[in-house]
Amino acid sequence: MQRIGVFVCHCGSNIAATVDVKRVVECARLEPGVVFAEDYQYMCSEAGQMKIADAIKREGLTGVVVCSCSPRMHEATFRKCAEGAGLNPYMLEIANIREQCSWIHKDMETATEKAVVLMRAAVAKVNLNVPLKSGESRVTKRALVIGGGIAGIQTALDIAEAGYEVDIVEKTPSIGGRMAQLDKTFPTLDCSACILTPKMVEAAAHEKIRIFTYSEVEKVTGFVGDFTVDIRKKARSVDIDKCTGCGVCQEKCPSKTAKSEFNRGLSKRSAIYTPFAQAVPNVPVIDREHCIKFKTGKCGVCSKVCPAGAIDYEMRDEIITEKYGAIVAATGFDMISLDKYDEYAYKKSPDVITSLELERIMNAAGPTGGHLERLSDGKPPKNIVFIQCVGSRCADKRGKSYCSKICCMYTAKHAMLIRDKYPDTNVTVFYIDVRTPGKNFDEFYRRAVEEYHVNYIKGQVGKVLPQPDGTLLVQGADIIDGRQVLINADMVVLAAAIEPDPTARKLATMLTASIDTNGFLTEAHPKLRPVESPTAGIFLSGVCQGPKDIPETVSQAGAAAVKVIGLLSKDKLLTNPCTAKADELMCNGCSACANVCPYGAISYEDREVRGIGVREVRRVAVVNGALCQGCGACTVACPSGAMDLFGFSNRQITAEVDAICR
Amino acid sequence: MQIEKTAHAAENKEWKPMIVAFCCNWCSYAGADLAGSSRLSYPADVKIIRVPCSCRVNPMFILRAFERGADGVIICGCHPGDCHYTTGNYYTRRRMALLFSMLDFIGVENGRTRVEWVSAAEGAKFSATMNEFTAKIRSLGENVRLGDLRCRN
Amino acid sequence: MTKAEKQAELIRDISGVDPYKCMKCGKCTATCPSYAEMDIKPHQFVSFVIRGEIEALTKSRSLEKCLSCFACIERCPRSVEPGRLIDAARQLAARERGGGFLTTEEVPEMCDPDTPSQLLVSAYRRYRR
Repeated sequence: MQRIGVFVCHCGSNIAATVDVKRVVECARLEPGVVFAEDYQYMCSEAGQMKIADAIKREGLTGVVVCSCSPRMHEATFRKCAEGAGLNPYMLEIANIREQCSWIHKDMETATEKAVVLMRAAVAKVNLNVPLKSGESRVTKRALVIGGGIAGIQTALDIAEAGYEVDIVEKTPSIGGRMAQLDKTFPTLDCSACILTPKMVEAAAHEKIRIFTYSEVEKVTGFVGDFTVDIRKKARSVDIDKCTGCGVCQEKCPSKTAKSEFNRGLSKRSAIYTPFAQAVPNVPVIDREHCIKFKTGKCGVCSKVCPAGAIDYEMRDEIITEKYGAIVAATGFDMISLDKYDEYAYKKSPDVITSLELERIMNAAGPTGGHLERLSDGKPPKNIVFIQCVGSRCADKRGKSYCSKICCMYTAKHAMLIRDKYPDTNVTVFYIDVRTPGKNFDEFYRRAVEEYHVNYIKGQVGKVLPQPDGTLLVQGADIIDGRQVLINADMVVLAAAIEPDPTARKLATMLTASIDTNGFLTEAHPKLRPVESPTAGIFLSGVCQGPKDIPETVSQAGAAAVKVIGLLSKDKLLTNPCTAKADELMCNGCSACANVCPYGAISYEDREVRGIGVREVRRVAVVNGALCQGCGACTVACPSGAMDLFGFSNRQITAEVDAICR
Repeated sequence: MQIEKTAHAAENKEWKPMIVAFCCNWCSYAGADLAGSSRLSYPADVKIIRVPCSCRVNPMFILRAFERGADGVIICGCHPGDCHYTTGNYYTRRRMALLFSMLDFIGVENGRTRVEWVSAAEGAKFSATMNEFTAKIRSLGENVRLGDLRCRN
Repeated sequence: MTKAEKQAELIRDISGVDPYKCMKCGKCTATCPSYAEMDIKPHQFVSFVIRGEIEALTKSRSLEKCLSCFACIERCPRSVEPGRLIDAARQLAARERGGGFLTTEEVPEMCDPDTPSQLLVSAYRRYRR
């Protein structure tokens, strides 16, 4: 029989205000196996933990139940405490009487009754707990960063600086990401390229960093410390080692009809191309869809003009397999499609553009050479209207329910830059709220209003009507003055919502990392573990986790790097001891368990089985504890009930069911 | 059954459904926690048992619950494709489809059993599901207790 | 420069107010004791000056209804002080009517019994010779 101690936490008033903790303690004393029970203000505090440790020693406890917050919060804390007091950590269970009781019930009687039941279930489980011991697994001292934007670059640099090898996988031909497309950055207005390109070069030159551009992650297997990843290096058709980046091929390429992805389709590019002049690596790729050689077989100009002989039309996709200890997702974002927003005439008029398109137009290396002009007739616009929250904070299916966070600031930036460079231009911004929570952000926005006299109007735009004279009639509301506003604009800029890059969803499935309803990767804890995925060994960097600006992305990238470094600095990891095990006496070697195991952790061996009246050599299932992750699929598949899971055994769960239904 | 009902009546106690919810550790349990930290209430009749994955839920546990007088059993797991263990919830889906039709056949109506996908970010969905499920169980009333015929005389 | 623009600048000069500093928080309107009788509310004055719609401003009933109690000036978190704009608009209106100054004899005629004495004092302070 176990000697169980029950500890009930008040959690200040979080639990004690709705649960009669004293009654839980009294009821606990009546439970079988319980020899000690007490309550305390904050069990997780040092004094609270001391109480547990003391009781374990004093009362000779063999099992502990802590009635407190969610095990996801403090199970590790209390298990460590129990271990410190000489008790096997797996002899401790948590009854969740905060998140699943006191916080959701208002009536004290009801909440207390439920808390008692939850406590009983935990006690019933602990009565059947057995000491478990963690195994060890090795750590591959190399990290993989998926995505080569500012988030990925910064994470890779920080990890590499700590002395660990890092690989960056980037799907486009160059690293740089969205930040490379930006002209200036808020709130300091320094040039994006000037602060990004040195980092790109540093990453490329770093001896610990390998960059796979034009590559995608194909398959991920394994677990924390020991991931195996297949990376598809798409056929570049240009030998990355031979190419000198002279650019002659791009000049001579006769096919110049493809839309430049980098310029958001506002300009054309050659079929053999680097996305932008500062690309890293400065090695072009052949876009086979537009290449005449690949389409008709006749051309080969690039091959003829290349002085280095780097063009290779025969190149094929190559799949390389690498091992990693940790993986960082840094897949970034894209703007949502505006196809469904007919009211803004985005598809009808070339002078209705998105903010990212404006960013390219304002950029000296962009499609207009940095001159602000209308895409329809090349004339400088005199009246520009910005519309914020296009698709953000939208309850309907066309948009996103969340705030995209960066639009207020970049719109203020655009408005200010335009008023600064073209003082004759009238700039109007329609907004729902101006959100500027960041260092020097509000001052920046106020500068746009007070110094640059940007006309901010609180209200949305209902309609943009292209006029016969080429202007755009913007019909908006000024809800502060309570009137409709009509503006004849030459250009309309839409601050479209941002959404996670479409690759994030596929990647999440590969990594078994969870994603939220909006497609952003979920963090392990919104406050306390913001850069870790709930899946061990997977970390999050940048906008793939949620909308962020550059400073925030860089800090999160650094934080993710620190978590990776912390993991890679360990030589061995303790494995989860809650693994499956087959009872040899009951196992008949049918293979049902191996068929459902997602980790290939189950194999079969001929073993001598001894039992009452049995002594024979038989094929039985053997679970590899290092590979088993403890999902329990096999335990249910087993027709003879031989397979069981440590920590969540059949008897334990049945005991919980019994305790609840009584 | 009959005896129990009278017992309730004698005590003049309101009947409260007994609902067991199996929640996978990675998505639904975290979703339940989120419901809690967002203070989204649902009836106290729901008691949660944490399992590593929804595929850990052995049909035996569900039968046991009904044998012990549960009025409803709900299993919550990660959304298809999001399982922490890659494929666990697919097994759950298939196993439970079979089990529930068998239960229906022996008199435990389909409304008393349910499989629901709740992610770690769906606190609101968790709460809404539990409210709805409890309301359903309330409308169905007390369950017939499954019994082992071998123990009857 | 159009007439309206000139007038707007004049109002800014007289009042010493930078209307662009306004955040549209509405505290002036919230605090105004004559709110109910005004056609243009205190927070809207700023927008009228920015848009250069001075004509509407000087013709507004609000000019007479403002009590010059200075509550909006006292409480404005951005030091925009719309009360000063109203004052300036009044002066502009008075100047445009010609003369622009009051004689002591004129005052009793303009009074109605509800006019608070504070308004009279401030008017006299501003419009006397």
